[in-house]
Amino acid sequence: MIRERLLSPYQHGASVLHRLPPGLKLGGALACILLVVLLPRNAWGLHLAIAAGLAAMAIASRASIRQLLLRLLLVEPLVIGIALLALLRPDGGLLFLSMITKSTLCLACMILLTATTRFSDILDVLRRLHVPALLITSVALTHRFMFVLVEEMQRMLRARRSRTFAEDRAASWSGSAQVAGRLFVRASERAERVYLAMCARGWER
Amino acid sequence: MRRARGHPAQCGKQRVARLARRPIVCESLAFLIHVRTVHIPDGFIDLKTAAVTTALAVVGIAIALHDVRRRLPPRRVPLIGLAAAFVFAAQMLNFPVAAGTSGHLIGAVLVCVLLGPAAAVIVMTTVLVLQCLMFADGGVTALGANVLNLGVIAPTVGYPVYVALRRIGPPGLRTLLLAAGFAAWCSTLAAALACAVQLAASGTAPLNLALSAMGGVHMLIGLGEAVITMLVVAVVARARPELIDGIDSGPISHRALLAYGGLATLALLVFVVPVASSLPDGLEWVAGRLDFAQQTTTVQSAPLDGYSLDVAAASPGMGTVLAGLVGAAVAFAVAWLVARALTPANRSPAPR
Repeated sequence: MIRERLLSPYQHGASVLHRLPPGLKLGGALACILLVVLLPRNAWGLHLAIAAGLAAMAIASRASIRQLLLRLLLVEPLVIGIALLALLRPDGGLLFLSMITKSTLCLACMILLTATTRFSDILDVLRRLHVPALLITSVALTHRFMFVLVEEMQRMLRARRSRTFAEDRAASWSGSAQVAGRLFVRASERAERVYLAMCARGWER
Repeated sequence: MRRARGHPAQCGKQRVARLARRPIVCESLAFLIHVRTVHIPDGFIDLKTAAVTTALAVVGIAIALHDVRRRLPPRRVPLIGLAAAFVFAAQMLNFPVAAGTSGHLIGAVLVCVLLGPAAAVIVMTTVLVLQCLMFADGGVTALGANVLNLGVIAPTVGYPVYVALRRIGPPGLRTLLLAAGFAAWCSTLAAALACAVQLAASGTAPLNLALSAMGGVHMLIGLGEAVITMLVVAVVARARPELIDGIDSGPISHRALLAYGGLATLALLVFVVPVASSLPDGLEWVAGRLDFAQQTTTVQSAPLDGYSLDVAAASPGMGTVLAGLVGAAVAFAVAWLVARALTPANRSPAPR
Protein backbone atom coordinates (compact mmCIF):
# COMPACT_ATOMS: atom_id res chain seq x y z
CA MET A 1 0.00 0.00 0.00
CA ILE A 2 1.16 3.45 -0.87
CA ARG A 3 0.61 4.83 2.60
CA GLU A 4 2.70 2.11 4.15
CA ARG A 5 5.50 2.70 1.71
CA LEU A 6 5.35 6.36 2.65
CA LEU A 7 5.30 5.56 6.33
CA SER A 8 8.39 3.39 6.37
CA PRO A 9 11.27 5.21 4.75
CA TYR A 10 13.81 2.45 5.36
CA GLN A 11 14.75 0.39 2.30
CA HIS A 12 16.42 -2.95 2.85
CA GLY A 13 19.81 -3.41 1.28
CA ALA A 14 23.39 -4.47 1.87
CA SER A 15 25.35 -1.67 0.25
CA VAL A 16 28.35 0.05 1.80
CA LEU A 17 26.05 2.85 2.94
CA HIS A 18 23.73 0.39 4.69
CA ARG A 19 26.62 -1.28 6.49
CA LEU A 20 28.29 1.86 7.86
CA PRO A 21 27.85 2.29 11.66
CA PRO A 22 24.68 4.31 12.32
CA GLY A 23 26.46 6.77 14.61
CA LEU A 24 28.82 7.70 11.79
CA LYS A 25 25.93 8.10 9.36
CA LEU A 26 23.91 10.27 11.74
CA GLY A 27 26.97 12.40 12.48
CA GLY A 28 27.80 12.67 8.80
CA ALA A 29 24.27 13.72 7.92
CA LEU A 30 24.23 16.35 10.67
CA ALA A 31 27.63 17.66 9.54
CA CYS A 32 26.42 17.82 5.95
CA ILE A 33 23.26 19.70 6.95
CA LEU A 34 25.23 22.11 9.11
CA LEU A 35 27.65 22.70 6.23
CA VAL A 36 24.81 23.43 3.83
CA VAL A 37 23.16 25.81 6.28
CA LEU A 38 26.40 27.65 6.95
CA LEU A 39 27.51 27.98 3.31
CA PRO A 40 27.23 31.52 1.96
CA ARG A 41 24.05 32.11 -0.01
CA ASN A 42 25.76 32.64 -3.36
CA ALA A 43 28.21 29.71 -3.25
CA TRP A 44 26.36 27.90 -6.02
CA GLY A 45 29.37 25.76 -7.01
CA LEU A 46 29.71 24.28 -3.54
CA HIS A 47 25.98 23.60 -3.37
CA LEU A 48 26.22 21.82 -6.69
CA ALA A 49 29.17 19.75 -5.44
CA ILE A 50 27.21 18.65 -2.35
CA ALA A 51 24.23 17.78 -4.52
CA ALA A 52 26.48 15.68 -6.75
CA GLY A 53 27.95 13.95 -3.70
CA LEU A 54 24.49 13.13 -2.35
CA ALA A 55 23.38 11.85 -5.74
CA ALA A 56 26.48 9.63 -5.95
CA MET A 57 25.74 8.24 -2.50
CA ALA A 58 22.11 7.62 -3.43
CA ILE A 59 23.25 5.62 -6.43
CA ALA A 60 25.83 3.76 -4.37
CA SER A 61 23.20 2.82 -1.79
CA ARG A 62 21.20 1.04 -4.55
CA ALA A 63 18.01 2.36 -2.99
CA SER A 64 15.08 2.95 -5.31
CA ILE A 65 15.73 6.43 -6.70
CA ARG A 66 12.04 6.77 -7.53
CA GLN A 67 11.12 6.27 -3.87
CA LEU A 68 13.69 8.80 -2.73
CA LEU A 69 12.48 11.40 -5.22
CA LEU A 70 8.87 10.73 -4.26
CA ARG A 71 9.61 11.45 -0.62
CA LEU A 72 11.47 14.59 -1.61
CA LEU A 73 8.53 15.73 -3.73
CA LEU A 74 6.12 15.18 -0.86
CA VAL A 75 7.93 17.51 1.53
CA GLU A 76 8.98 20.08 -1.07
CA PRO A 77 5.65 22.03 -1.06
CA LEU A 78 6.13 22.83 2.63
CA VAL A 79 9.55 24.28 1.87
CA ILE A 80 8.25 26.40 -0.98
CA GLY A 81 5.35 27.57 1.18
CA ILE A 82 7.67 29.08 3.74
CA ALA A 83 10.15 30.32 1.14
CA LEU A 84 7.36 32.41 -0.37
CA LEU A 85 7.69 34.65 2.68
CA ALA A 86 11.16 35.62 1.43
CA LEU A 87 9.61 37.02 -1.74
CA LEU A 88 7.96 39.70 0.40
CA ARG A 89 11.35 41.30 0.78
CA PRO A 90 12.45 43.86 -1.75
CA ASP A 91 15.41 41.76 -2.97
CA GLY A 92 13.86 38.40 -2.23
CA GLY A 93 14.28 36.59 -5.56
CA LEU A 94 17.81 35.36 -5.05
CA LEU A 95 17.16 34.68 -1.36
CA PHE A 96 14.14 32.59 -2.35
CA LEU A 97 16.22 30.48 -4.76
CA SER A 98 19.07 29.97 -2.34
CA MET A 99 16.71 28.97 0.48
CA ILE A 100 14.96 26.40 -1.66
CA THR A 101 18.34 25.00 -2.74
CA LYS A 102 19.59 24.78 0.82
CA SER A 103 16.46 23.14 2.22
CA THR A 104 16.24 20.70 -0.66
CA LEU A 105 19.83 19.60 -0.06
CA CYS A 106 19.16 19.14 3.66
CA LEU A 107 15.97 17.21 2.90
CA ALA A 108 17.81 14.97 0.44
CA CYS A 109 20.46 14.29 3.05
CA MET A 110 17.89 13.28 5.70
CA ILE A 111 15.93 11.17 3.22
CA LEU A 112 19.09 9.32 2.23
CA LEU A 113 19.93 8.75 5.90
CA THR A 114 16.51 7.34 6.76
CA ALA A 115 16.45 5.20 3.61
CA THR A 116 19.68 3.46 4.60
CA THR A 117 19.46 3.40 8.41
CA ARG A 118 16.90 1.66 10.58
CA PHE A 119 15.09 4.01 12.92
CA SER A 120 15.85 1.76 15.89
CA ASP A 121 19.57 2.15 15.12
CA ILE A 122 19.22 5.94 15.18
CA LEU A 123 17.42 5.68 18.53
CA ASP A 124 20.25 3.48 19.82
CA VAL A 125 22.77 6.18 18.94
CA LEU A 126 20.63 8.77 20.74
CA ARG A 127 20.42 6.51 23.79
CA ARG A 128 24.19 6.24 23.89
CA LEU A 129 24.34 10.04 23.72
CA HIS A 130 22.42 10.13 27.05
CA VAL A 131 19.18 11.59 25.77
CA PRO A 132 16.69 11.18 28.70
CA ALA A 133 15.34 7.63 28.84
CA LEU A 134 11.70 8.72 29.10
CA LEU A 135 12.01 10.61 25.83
CA ILE A 136 13.69 7.65 24.08
CA THR A 137 11.08 5.24 25.43
CA SER A 138 8.23 7.36 24.18
CA VAL A 139 9.82 7.91 20.77
CA ALA A 140 10.44 4.16 20.44
CA LEU A 141 6.88 3.34 21.51
CA THR A 142 5.52 5.93 19.12
CA HIS A 143 7.55 4.49 16.29
CA ARG A 144 6.33 1.02 17.14
CA PHE A 145 2.64 1.89 17.42
CA MET A 146 2.37 4.64 14.82
CA PHE A 147 1.81 2.08 12.08
CA VAL A 148 -0.64 0.12 14.21
CA LEU A 149 -2.72 3.18 15.01
CA VAL A 150 -2.66 4.51 11.44
CA GLU A 151 -3.87 1.12 10.26
CA GLU A 152 -6.56 1.08 12.93
CA MET A 153 -7.63 4.54 11.87
CA GLN A 154 -7.82 3.46 8.23
CA ARG A 155 -9.99 0.51 9.22
CA MET A 156 -12.35 2.83 11.08
CA LEU A 157 -12.43 5.26 8.17
CA ARG A 158 -13.16 2.43 5.74
CA ALA A 159 -15.95 1.17 7.96
CA ARG A 160 -17.48 4.64 8.13
CA ARG A 161 -17.14 5.18 4.39
CA SER A 162 -18.84 1.89 3.65
CA ARG A 163 -21.79 2.92 5.80
CA THR A 164 -22.30 6.49 4.61
CA PHE A 165 -23.90 7.18 1.27
CA ALA A 166 -23.48 10.87 0.53
CA GLU A 167 -21.72 12.94 3.10
CA ASP A 168 -22.10 16.67 3.62
CA ARG A 169 -19.34 18.70 5.18
CA ALA A 170 -20.72 18.86 8.72
CA ALA A 171 -21.27 15.10 8.79
CA SER A 172 -17.76 14.51 7.53
CA TRP A 173 -16.27 16.76 10.23
CA SER A 174 -18.16 15.07 13.04
CA GLY A 175 -17.40 11.69 11.50
CA SER A 176 -13.66 12.38 11.37
CA ALA A 177 -13.82 13.67 14.93
CA GLN A 178 -15.61 10.48 15.97
CA VAL A 179 -12.79 8.47 14.42
CA ALA A 180 -10.14 10.57 16.18
CA GLY A 181 -11.91 10.38 19.54
CA ARG A 182 -12.45 6.63 19.35
CA LEU A 183 -8.86 6.22 18.22
CA PHE A 184 -7.69 7.98 21.38
CA VAL A 185 -9.91 5.77 23.56
CA ARG A 186 -8.52 2.68 21.84
CA ALA A 187 -4.96 3.99 22.15
CA SER A 188 -5.36 4.51 25.89
CA GLU A 189 -6.79 1.02 26.28
CA ARG A 190 -3.89 -0.35 24.28
CA ALA A 191 -1.48 1.58 26.50
CA GLU A 192 -2.79 -0.34 29.52
CA ARG A 193 -2.16 -3.65 27.77
CA VAL A 194 1.28 -2.51 26.60
CA TYR A 195 2.16 -1.59 30.17
CA LEU A 196 1.21 -5.05 31.41
CA ALA A 197 3.22 -6.65 28.60
CA MET A 198 6.22 -4.44 29.39
CA CYS A 199 6.04 -5.38 33.08
CA ALA A 200 5.79 -9.06 32.19
CA ARG A 201 9.05 -8.66 30.27
CA GLY A 202 10.86 -7.07 33.17
CA TRP A 203 10.64 -3.39 32.22
CA GLU A 204 11.69 -0.97 34.90
CA ARG A 205 11.44 2.76 34.77
CA MET B 1 -9.69 -3.07 -18.25
CA ARG B 2 -7.97 -1.93 -21.43
CA ARG B 3 -9.29 0.38 -24.02
CA ALA B 4 -8.09 1.47 -27.43
CA ARG B 5 -6.42 4.86 -27.37
CA GLY B 6 -8.70 7.66 -28.49
CA HIS B 7 -7.97 11.17 -29.59
CA PRO B 8 -4.74 12.48 -28.04
CA ALA B 9 -6.42 15.39 -26.25
CA GLN B 10 -9.14 13.17 -24.90
CA CYS B 11 -6.53 10.68 -23.88
CA GLY B 12 -4.66 13.40 -22.00
CA LYS B 13 -7.84 14.43 -20.22
CA GLN B 14 -8.51 10.87 -19.22
CA ARG B 15 -4.98 10.52 -17.99
CA VAL B 16 -5.36 13.60 -15.82
CA ALA B 17 -8.63 12.27 -14.46
CA ARG B 18 -7.07 8.89 -13.78
CA LEU B 19 -4.05 10.52 -12.19
CA ALA B 20 -6.28 12.56 -9.90
CA ARG B 21 -7.94 9.38 -8.72
CA ARG B 22 -4.67 7.68 -7.84
CA PRO B 23 -4.05 7.55 -4.11
CA ILE B 24 -0.52 8.88 -4.40
CA VAL B 25 -1.72 12.12 -5.98
CA CYS B 26 -4.42 12.53 -3.35
CA GLU B 27 -1.82 11.86 -0.70
CA SER B 28 0.59 14.46 -1.98
CA LEU B 29 -2.23 16.98 -2.33
CA ALA B 30 -3.25 16.28 1.23
CA PHE B 31 0.34 16.82 2.29
CA LEU B 32 0.52 19.99 0.23
CA ILE B 33 -2.43 21.56 1.95
CA HIS B 34 -1.41 20.09 5.27
CA VAL B 35 -1.27 22.78 7.88
CA ARG B 36 2.42 22.58 8.43
CA THR B 37 3.43 26.16 7.87
CA VAL B 38 4.82 26.16 11.38
CA HIS B 39 7.19 23.28 10.56
CA ILE B 40 10.31 25.23 9.66
CA PRO B 41 12.66 23.40 7.25
CA ASP B 42 16.47 23.61 7.23
CA GLY B 43 18.04 26.72 5.81
CA PHE B 44 15.39 29.16 7.04
CA ILE B 45 16.81 29.70 10.50
CA ASP B 46 20.28 31.13 11.07
CA LEU B 47 22.65 29.63 13.58
CA LYS B 48 22.08 32.19 16.34
CA THR B 49 18.31 31.78 16.24
CA ALA B 50 18.70 28.01 16.09
CA ALA B 51 20.93 28.07 19.17
CA VAL B 52 18.61 30.33 21.17
CA THR B 53 15.46 28.40 20.27
CA THR B 54 17.13 25.06 20.94
CA ALA B 55 18.25 26.26 24.38
CA LEU B 56 14.71 27.48 25.20
CA ALA B 57 13.21 24.22 23.91
CA VAL B 58 15.64 22.14 25.99
CA VAL B 59 14.70 24.12 29.12
CA GLY B 60 11.01 23.60 28.39
CA ILE B 61 11.45 19.87 27.83
CA ALA B 62 13.56 19.57 30.99
CA ILE B 63 10.81 21.20 33.07
CA ALA B 64 8.21 18.92 31.50
CA LEU B 65 10.35 15.78 32.00
CA HIS B 66 10.92 16.69 35.63
CA ASP B 67 7.19 17.22 36.17
CA VAL B 68 6.22 14.02 34.35
CA ARG B 69 8.77 11.91 36.24
CA ARG B 70 7.48 13.20 39.56
CA ARG B 71 3.77 12.99 38.90
CA LEU B 72 3.19 10.33 36.28
CA PRO B 73 2.53 6.83 37.66
CA PRO B 74 4.66 4.20 35.86
CA ARG B 75 1.62 2.56 34.35
CA ARG B 76 0.92 5.76 32.41
CA VAL B 77 4.35 5.86 30.71
CA PRO B 78 3.28 3.83 27.66
CA LEU B 79 0.33 6.19 27.27
CA ILE B 80 2.74 9.00 26.35
CA GLY B 81 4.14 6.97 23.47
CA LEU B 82 0.71 5.86 22.35
CA ALA B 83 -0.70 9.37 22.62
CA ALA B 84 2.11 10.57 20.36
CA ALA B 85 1.28 7.81 17.88
CA PHE B 86 -2.36 8.92 18.16
CA VAL B 87 -1.45 12.54 17.38
CA PHE B 88 0.58 11.33 14.43
CA ALA B 89 -2.35 9.33 13.07
CA ALA B 90 -4.93 12.03 13.86
CA GLN B 91 -2.88 14.63 11.97
CA MET B 92 -3.52 12.55 8.85
CA LEU B 93 -7.30 12.90 9.12
CA ASN B 94 -8.88 15.24 6.60
CA PHE B 95 -11.42 17.83 7.60
CA PRO B 96 -12.73 19.20 4.28
CA VAL B 97 -13.02 23.00 4.21
CA ALA B 98 -13.86 24.13 0.67
CA ALA B 99 -12.79 23.58 -2.91
CA GLY B 100 -10.66 20.55 -2.21
CA THR B 101 -8.67 22.09 0.64
CA SER B 102 -8.84 20.52 4.03
CA GLY B 103 -7.95 21.32 7.60
CA HIS B 104 -5.84 19.16 9.86
CA LEU B 105 -5.33 18.76 13.54
CA ILE B 106 -2.17 19.99 15.27
CA GLY B 107 -3.23 18.55 18.58
CA ALA B 108 -1.26 20.43 21.25
CA VAL B 109 -4.29 21.55 23.26
CA LEU B 110 -6.12 18.29 22.62
CA VAL B 111 -3.29 16.36 24.30
CA CYS B 112 -3.17 19.01 27.04
CA VAL B 113 -6.82 18.41 27.82
CA LEU B 114 -6.45 14.63 27.69
CA LEU B 115 -3.08 14.16 29.43
CA GLY B 116 -2.14 17.43 31.13
CA PRO B 117 0.40 20.06 30.08
CA ALA B 118 3.69 18.37 31.00
CA ALA B 119 2.79 15.15 29.22
CA ALA B 120 1.58 17.22 26.28
CA VAL B 121 5.02 18.84 25.94
CA ILE B 122 6.64 15.38 25.82
CA VAL B 123 4.05 14.03 23.40
CA MET B 124 4.34 16.92 20.96
CA THR B 125 8.15 16.82 21.19
CA THR B 126 8.08 13.10 20.42
CA VAL B 127 5.88 13.67 17.38
CA LEU B 128 8.14 16.44 16.08
CA VAL B 129 11.36 14.48 16.63
CA LEU B 130 9.89 11.52 14.82
CA GLN B 131 8.63 13.63 11.93
CA CYS B 132 12.02 15.28 11.63
CA LEU B 133 14.21 12.16 11.87
CA MET B 134 11.98 9.76 9.98
CA PHE B 135 10.16 11.82 7.40
CA ALA B 136 12.47 14.81 6.94
CA ASP B 137 9.42 16.92 7.83
CA GLY B 138 10.87 19.96 9.57
CA GLY B 139 14.58 20.64 9.49
CA VAL B 140 17.24 19.20 11.75
CA THR B 141 18.79 22.58 12.51
CA ALA B 142 15.29 23.98 12.96
CA LEU B 143 14.21 21.13 15.26
CA GLY B 144 14.80 23.32 18.31
CA ALA B 145 12.61 26.06 16.87
CA ASN B 146 9.86 23.64 15.86
CA VAL B 147 9.88 21.93 19.24
CA LEU B 148 9.79 25.32 20.93
CA ASN B 149 6.84 26.54 18.85
CA LEU B 150 4.64 23.47 18.65
CA GLY B 151 5.95 21.37 21.51
CA VAL B 152 6.53 23.92 24.26
CA ILE B 153 4.80 27.21 23.42
CA ALA B 154 1.57 25.75 22.01
CA PRO B 155 0.71 23.66 25.11
CA THR B 156 2.04 26.18 27.65
CA VAL B 157 0.04 29.02 26.10
CA GLY B 158 -3.04 26.88 25.59
CA TYR B 159 -3.14 25.25 29.01
CA PRO B 160 -3.51 28.36 31.24
CA VAL B 161 -6.25 29.65 28.93
CA TYR B 162 -8.01 26.30 29.18
CA VAL B 163 -7.71 26.11 32.97
CA ALA B 164 -8.77 29.72 33.49
CA LEU B 165 -11.87 29.38 31.30
CA ARG B 166 -12.86 26.14 33.02
CA ARG B 167 -12.52 27.76 36.44
CA ILE B 168 -14.57 30.79 35.42
CA GLY B 169 -17.41 29.00 33.66
CA PRO B 170 -20.07 26.80 35.23
CA PRO B 171 -18.99 23.15 35.51
CA GLY B 172 -20.12 20.96 32.67
CA LEU B 173 -19.35 19.74 29.20
CA ARG B 174 -20.15 23.07 27.56
CA THR B 175 -17.55 24.96 29.55
CA LEU B 176 -15.03 22.20 28.96
CA LEU B 177 -15.54 22.40 25.21
CA LEU B 178 -15.51 26.19 25.09
CA ALA B 179 -12.29 26.28 27.11
CA ALA B 180 -10.62 23.64 24.93
CA GLY B 181 -11.66 25.36 21.71
CA PHE B 182 -10.55 28.85 22.64
CA ALA B 183 -7.30 27.51 24.10
CA ALA B 184 -6.65 25.65 20.84
CA TRP B 185 -7.09 28.88 18.87
CA CYS B 186 -4.75 30.77 21.20
CA SER B 187 -2.09 28.07 21.06
CA THR B 188 -2.16 27.90 17.25
CA LEU B 189 -1.80 31.65 16.96
CA ALA B 190 0.99 31.72 19.57
CA ALA B 191 2.96 29.01 17.76
CA ALA B 192 2.57 30.83 14.43
CA LEU B 193 3.64 34.18 15.86
CA ALA B 194 6.68 32.56 17.49
CA CYS B 195 7.53 31.03 14.14
CA ALA B 196 7.19 34.43 12.43
CA VAL B 197 9.50 36.06 14.98
CA GLN B 198 12.10 33.34 14.48
CA LEU B 199 11.94 33.63 10.70
CA ALA B 200 12.27 37.40 10.94
CA ALA B 201 15.16 37.14 13.39
CA SER B 202 16.94 34.90 10.89
CA GLY B 203 16.55 37.51 8.16
CA THR B 204 14.17 35.38 6.12
CA ALA B 205 11.29 37.83 6.01
CA PRO B 206 10.65 41.35 7.35
CA LEU B 207 9.18 41.16 10.85
CA ASN B 208 5.97 43.12 10.36
CA LEU B 209 4.99 41.26 7.23
CA ALA B 210 5.95 37.88 8.66
CA LEU B 211 3.89 38.60 11.78
CA SER B 212 0.84 39.80 9.88
CA ALA B 213 1.05 37.07 7.23
CA MET B 214 1.57 34.19 9.65
CA GLY B 215 -0.77 35.68 12.24
CA GLY B 216 -3.56 36.35 9.74
CA VAL B 217 -3.39 32.91 8.17
CA HIS B 218 -3.20 31.15 11.50
CA MET B 219 -6.11 33.06 12.97
CA LEU B 220 -8.17 31.21 10.35
CA ILE B 221 -6.31 27.91 10.76
CA GLY B 222 -6.74 28.27 14.52
CA LEU B 223 -10.52 28.36 14.05
CA GLY B 224 -10.34 24.98 12.33
CA GLU B 225 -8.04 23.67 15.05
CA ALA B 226 -10.48 24.92 17.70
CA VAL B 227 -13.49 23.23 16.12
CA ILE B 228 -11.63 19.95 15.56
CA THR B 229 -10.32 19.96 19.14
CA MET B 230 -13.80 20.59 20.50
CA LEU B 231 -15.35 17.82 18.39
CA VAL B 232 -12.74 15.27 19.47
CA VAL B 233 -12.89 16.29 23.13
CA ALA B 234 -16.69 15.98 22.99
CA VAL B 235 -16.39 12.44 21.61
CA VAL B 236 -13.89 11.37 24.28
CA ALA B 237 -15.84 13.08 27.07
CA ARG B 238 -19.01 11.23 26.08
CA ALA B 239 -17.32 7.86 25.53
CA ARG B 240 -14.91 7.81 28.46
CA PRO B 241 -15.43 10.79 30.78
CA GLU B 242 -12.76 9.53 33.15
CA LEU B 243 -10.10 10.04 30.48
CA ILE B 244 -10.51 13.82 30.64
CA ASP B 245 -8.16 15.04 33.36
CA GLY B 246 -7.37 11.40 33.97
CA ILE B 247 -3.77 12.11 34.80
CA ASP B 248 -3.59 15.63 36.08
CA SER B 249 -6.60 15.50 38.38
CA GLY B 250 -4.64 16.88 41.31
CA PRO B 251 -4.01 20.58 41.82
CA ILE B 252 -1.16 22.04 39.76
CA SER B 253 2.08 22.24 41.72
CA HIS B 254 3.32 25.76 42.40
CA ARG B 255 6.83 25.08 41.17
CA ALA B 256 5.68 23.78 37.83
CA LEU B 257 3.27 26.70 37.54
CA LEU B 258 6.09 29.11 38.31
CA ALA B 259 8.40 27.46 35.80
CA TYR B 260 5.81 27.48 33.03
CA GLY B 261 4.86 31.03 33.93
CA GLY B 262 8.47 32.10 33.59
CA LEU B 263 8.82 30.38 30.25
CA ALA B 264 5.52 31.80 29.03
CA THR B 265 6.60 35.30 30.10
CA LEU B 266 9.84 34.86 28.18
CA ALA B 267 7.90 33.70 25.14
CA LEU B 268 5.43 36.59 25.47
CA LEU B 269 8.34 38.98 25.73
CA VAL B 270 9.52 37.71 22.40
CA PHE B 271 6.06 38.11 20.82
CA VAL B 272 4.46 41.15 22.33
CA VAL B 273 7.36 43.56 22.40
CA PRO B 274 7.97 43.70 18.65
CA VAL B 275 4.23 43.95 18.05
CA ALA B 276 3.34 46.50 20.68
CA SER B 277 6.47 48.57 20.34
CA SER B 278 5.94 51.63 18.18
CA LEU B 279 9.66 51.74 17.39
CA PRO B 280 10.52 50.26 14.02
CA ASP B 281 13.38 48.25 15.45
CA GLY B 282 11.47 46.26 18.01
CA LEU B 283 13.20 43.18 16.73
CA GLU B 284 16.60 44.60 17.51
CA TRP B 285 15.46 45.25 21.05
CA VAL B 286 14.46 41.61 21.34
CA ALA B 287 17.66 40.58 19.65
CA GLY B 288 19.63 42.56 22.20
CA ARG B 289 17.58 40.98 24.95
CA LEU B 290 18.33 37.52 23.70
CA ASP B 291 21.97 38.44 23.22
CA PHE B 292 22.28 37.77 19.53
CA ALA B 293 22.30 41.40 18.50
CA GLN B 294 25.56 41.21 16.58
CA GLN B 295 24.23 38.73 14.08
CA THR B 296 20.79 40.21 13.56
CA THR B 297 21.83 43.80 13.27
CA THR B 298 24.10 42.95 10.37
CA VAL B 299 21.49 40.81 8.69
CA GLN B 300 18.48 42.89 9.57
CA SER B 301 19.52 46.51 9.26
CA ALA B 302 19.67 46.54 5.47
CA PRO B 303 16.13 45.30 4.75
CA LEU B 304 14.66 47.48 7.47
CA ASP B 305 16.42 50.58 6.18
CA GLY B 306 15.22 50.13 2.63
CA TYR B 307 11.82 49.05 3.83
CA SER B 308 9.48 49.88 0.98
CA LEU B 309 6.35 47.88 1.85
CA ASP B 310 4.88 50.11 4.50
CA VAL B 311 1.42 48.56 4.65
CA ALA B 312 1.85 47.08 8.07
CA ALA B 313 4.29 49.71 9.26
CA ALA B 314 1.78 52.57 9.01
CA SER B 315 0.56 52.09 12.57
CA PRO B 316 2.24 48.87 13.60
CA GLY B 317 1.24 48.80 17.25
CA MET B 318 -2.44 49.64 17.32
CA GLY B 319 -3.49 47.93 14.09
CA THR B 320 -1.96 44.60 15.01
CA VAL B 321 -3.29 44.63 18.55
CA LEU B 322 -6.76 45.58 17.29
CA ALA B 323 -6.69 42.78 14.71
CA GLY B 324 -5.63 40.35 17.43
CA LEU B 325 -8.47 41.45 19.71
CA VAL B 326 -11.08 41.18 16.96
CA GLY B 327 -9.69 37.76 16.00
CA ALA B 328 -9.85 36.59 19.61
CA ALA B 329 -13.43 37.81 19.95
CA VAL B 330 -14.44 36.00 16.76
CA ALA B 331 -12.66 32.82 17.90
CA PHE B 332 -14.37 32.98 21.28
CA ALA B 333 -17.76 33.46 19.65
CA VAL B 334 -17.17 30.54 17.29
CA ALA B 335 -16.03 28.33 20.17
CA TRP B 336 -19.09 29.31 22.18
CA LEU B 337 -21.48 28.63 19.30
CA VAL B 338 -19.92 25.23 18.56
CA ALA B 339 -19.94 24.33 22.25
CA ARG B 340 -23.65 25.25 22.41
CA ALA B 341 -24.39 23.22 19.31
CA LEU B 342 -22.54 20.21 20.67
CA THR B 343 -24.30 20.24 24.05
CA PRO B 344 -28.07 20.44 23.67
CA ALA B 345 -29.78 21.26 26.94
CA ASN B 346 -31.61 17.93 27.21
CA ARG B 347 -28.37 15.97 26.90
CA SER B 348 -27.28 13.86 29.86
CA PRO B 349 -24.96 15.65 32.32
CA ALA B 350 -21.28 15.73 31.49
CA PRO B 351 -18.17 15.02 33.59
CA ARG B 352 -17.83 17.37 36.52
